[in-house]
Amino acid sequence: MSATFTRPEYRYRRRARRLIFCTANLVAAVSIIFGVIGVSSANAAPSSVTLTAAGSTFDQPFFTLAFYHYKQQTKTTVNYASIGSGGGQQQFESNIVNFGASDVPMFAADIAKATGGTVVQVPIDMGGEAISYNLYGIQGGLHMTGPVLAKIYLGQITNWDDPALKKLNPKVTLPNEPITVVHRADGSGTTYAFTNYLTEVSPTWSAKVGDGKTVAWPVGVGGQGNEGVAGVVADTPGAIGYVELDYALVNHFTYCEMLNPAGKWVSPTIKTTAAEAALHPQVSAQDFSITDLKAPDTKAGKELGKIAYPISTYSWVLVYKHQKSATTGAAIVDLLQWMTHAGQKYAGQLDYVPLPTAVQAVAQQTIEQIDGPDGKPLLTPALAAKFAKTA
Amino acid sequence: MTTTRHALLGTAKRRFPRHHPAVPNGLYRVLLGAAVLVFAALLVALVVDLVYQAEPAFAHFGIGFVTGTAWNPVKVQYGAFPFIMGTLETTVIAMVLAIPIGLGTALALAYLLPYGTRSVLGTAVELLAAIPSVVYGLWGLLVVAPWARTIIEPAVGFVFGHSGPGSGPEIGIGLLLAGLILFVMVLPTMVAISRDVLAAVPADQVEGAIALGATRWQTLWRVVVPHARTGLLGAVTLSVGRAFGETMAVAMIIGNTPALAHSLFSTTATMASIIANQFTEAEEPYHLAVLIAIAVLLLVISVIVNVAARLLVRAVGRSRTSTSIAVA
Amino acid sequence: MSILALDPILTRRAEVQQAAAASLRRRQWRSRIALGLCMACVAISLVPLVAVVGYTIERGAPIWSADFFSHVSTPEGIPGGGIWNSIMGSLIIDGIATAGSIPLGLAIGLFLAQSDSRTAGVIRFAADVMAGMPSIVVGIFAYGILVTTLHHFSAIAGSFGIGIIMLPIIIRASEGAFRTVPKDLSEAALSLGAKNAAVARRVLLPTAAPGLFTAVLLAVARGAGESAPLIFTAIGSQYFVANPLQPMAAMPLTIYLDGIQAYPELQQFAWGTGLLLLVVVLVLAATGRLAAARLGGGRK
Repeated sequence: MSATFTRPEYRYRRRARRLIFCTANLVAAVSIIFGVIGVSSANAAPSSVTLTAAGSTFDQPFFTLAFYHYKQQTKTTVNYASIGSGGGQQQFESNIVNFGASDVPMFAADIAKATGGTVVQVPIDMGGEAISYNLYGIQGGLHMTGPVLAKIYLGQITNWDDPALKKLNPKVTLPNEPITVVHRADGSGTTYAFTNYLTEVSPTWSAKVGDGKTVAWPVGVGGQGNEGVAGVVADTPGAIGYVELDYALVNHFTYCEMLNPAGKWVSPTIKTTAAEAALHPQVSAQDFSITDLKAPDTKAGKELGKIAYPISTYSWVLVYKHQKSATTGAAIVDLLQWMTHAGQKYAGQLDYVPLPTAVQAVAQQTIEQIDGPDGKPLLTPALAAKFAKTA
Repeated sequence: MTTTRHALLGTAKRRFPRHHPAVPNGLYRVLLGAAVLVFAALLVALVVDLVYQAEPAFAHFGIGFVTGTAWNPVKVQYGAFPFIMGTLETTVIAMVLAIPIGLGTALALAYLLPYGTRSVLGTAVELLAAIPSVVYGLWGLLVVAPWARTIIEPAVGFVFGHSGPGSGPEIGIGLLLAGLILFVMVLPTMVAISRDVLAAVPADQVEGAIALGATRWQTLWRVVVPHARTGLLGAVTLSVGRAFGETMAVAMIIGNTPALAHSLFSTTATMASIIANQFTEAEEPYHLAVLIAIAVLLLVISVIVNVAARLLVRAVGRSRTSTSIAVA
Repeated sequence: MSILALDPILTRRAEVQQAAAASLRRRQWRSRIALGLCMACVAISLVPLVAVVGYTIERGAPIWSADFFSHVSTPEGIPGGGIWNSIMGSLIIDGIATAGSIPLGLAIGLFLAQSDSRTAGVIRFAADVMAGMPSIVVGIFAYGILVTTLHHFSAIAGSFGIGIIMLPIIIRASEGAFRTVPKDLSEAALSLGAKNAAVARRVLLPTAAPGLFTAVLLAVARGAGESAPLIFTAIGSQYFVANPLQPMAAMPLTIYLDGIQAYPELQQFAWGTGLLLLVVVLVLAATGRLAAARLGGGRK
């Protein structure tokens, strides 16, 4: 290699130099190859803006698909970390992400903790929660009522062939198998909607546990995120768990038909969840629950009430009203306007319920409140018109 | 004298050719000093930052949160006892398996196997330590958990009569699985250090025992192992230290339920795994501070265990420098 | 002495010989069984290695393809996804971490090798302490220092965490490498009037180069596989943005995040990434060990 170190006793040094040289070259070559591959296949196409967001796992399938298509249209990259609604709120409050996503809106106490100023909350999608179960040989559509479900999650019903379940399902031969209750281990808006439902249908649950993003579950195994719960249910015979509908469908889970206040057995589908949403057209961040116990009494309400699925939830995007950077602010507003209008078609592809028109209007009103560093609203009429067409 | 000096100087000119120019000594000392200062600053910053972030928890709950068993962030109840127990229980399960099997393997590697096989198998066991923790977690979750659910847990349940440690639904993930995977992760450390320690027993002791008519096992068990017991204790301690701090693999397979495990099949959590799990979502009052307080506790315990281990092992002396990834 | 007087001695001798033979048989059997158990232990120790590597190959190899290595990840349902963003992310994060920790670690290793003062003892102890630190604690430190202050998840915070994990490995291994340089070489240099700086530059560094090489390889192998410091610093990304101040994907992160999903395609991605990571780490570690064994001579 060089004129020095040619004497025989230098062979160690020569070998060492050769080895080090070769390895260094190999590493450099590998890096360059991967860099070239990527750049040539336009993977690292320069992005005009990068946004970060974090939150609900409920939204994750919809968001990833939507952001992927959005990037192809506008070159804005959105990084979404699916860490649970609680996590999304936490990161948003610390101003570490540009916007958060949560299945339950922030309450006044949480908003007070936010370090970036006033918070506005935009409804972004909604979906039904499927009560999935893993029973070999049992068809989908097992009948379930709220009170019985509450008893299962309280640990009072522990076996699938319990008389209460048999009564609801006279035509099904339920096996003698212990019920493995699965719930969320992380802070979750999906949990909030579920426990909110249980609180309304079961006084015992309301007294003992209550509702919240995290609760003290009397029994059960924890899964991380909707995907974690889905994973445990998929792997454990005899398990029962609540997941967002898309997770249940993609994994071909069997899920329950719930008894709704009008006395009908309904499955979570786009139609039934949309009916539930239509029964509550006036949602806002302060009044967001769409669970109720009484059957509606108007005629139109009764029609909807027959098919309404009781366990559903909206999902909200948390964003600061006053954006300090004009480019980031404009990008956020553009993204949100797209997502609540043109982007809703991707929601439908994944079995989320597209926002009803009334709620889209609420969303737009909220987005209009976001202003830039100069104090002027960032949603210009031109921008609003660009995305005015709905899914 | 002059010839020697001339010879040395002459050799020096050829042995150290010009592409190794000298660095001024003052600059060198400054650079090294700066490096040491940076390192010390990093360490101090780490401790200070952790204690600072955890301080609200200590101020509000006192050290008592270590004994509480209820973990309910919504009601601002934080009891870290289930996680401490979870850490201890997984470590115990791992060590119960690792000590006999690790010792047996180390004995075989040091004394029983022929030289060629010894180095190949020894390297193979040490490569176990190079496998990243997430890969163990993935394998444990997707490959071993089904085996645990269908074979291992029914067998263990049968042995315990489906009661006590063997009670509860057998779902695969949980305490037992975490203990098993932790055993696999701790094994290379145990084997590597034990092997060095056992090989360092002076040959005259071994030969003396053979001369007195002891069988091979008798020499190993009654002469070699007792002679090396300090170092073996060090190996055990170091393995325990590794087991305490193991995060990712455990987080993937233990189920992360913040409650005490009442059977081997329960899901529970360890200190490291609950931090990994809940850190990004800790938004209730004091939640984050409590998690960091648990991290401080974990740090203190790990440091104590590791220092004890190194003192024990150093007392024996090691024949190899740290070119082993199992020890690093 | 008459022959009759010898009889008790002969009987006694026969008894003793029988007892000894019986004892020997017993001890030999025990020995054989115990040694057999020890060999069984070796076999048991190897089973996990074979199982992990085997299953990772079995489940990860099918998904390897040209697309897998050259495309970024795509959402579920959209085919053609890959882990290019994770690979580049790992290269960048580990590259920055290595660039930061090697000079620092080498300098401290030099200091420890050349000095036996009490400060050196304290630093050595501190490096041992840092080596045993759980990786999640390092992650929390990186979060506290770089994420909350910059108000950003970022790749550089991840690099910081990984660098801290690599540092004690480099320190200890490089100190070991420097100490294997034969004393007479450095003493000869000192006697010729060279100061510590020159000794380091002209004697220690070139001679210990193979050992340092091993140290770096082992540290990189360890750092590349760490995931706990990244889960709340670099946090992962579906895309690749060549900006270290933004979140970035990395191979260990992808394995964790995709592995806990219930979607089979994502699990397959986790296996594929796991196989790549396993190959990289094992090759690095094995090369390090080989280099240590073959080039450990060091002298001249």
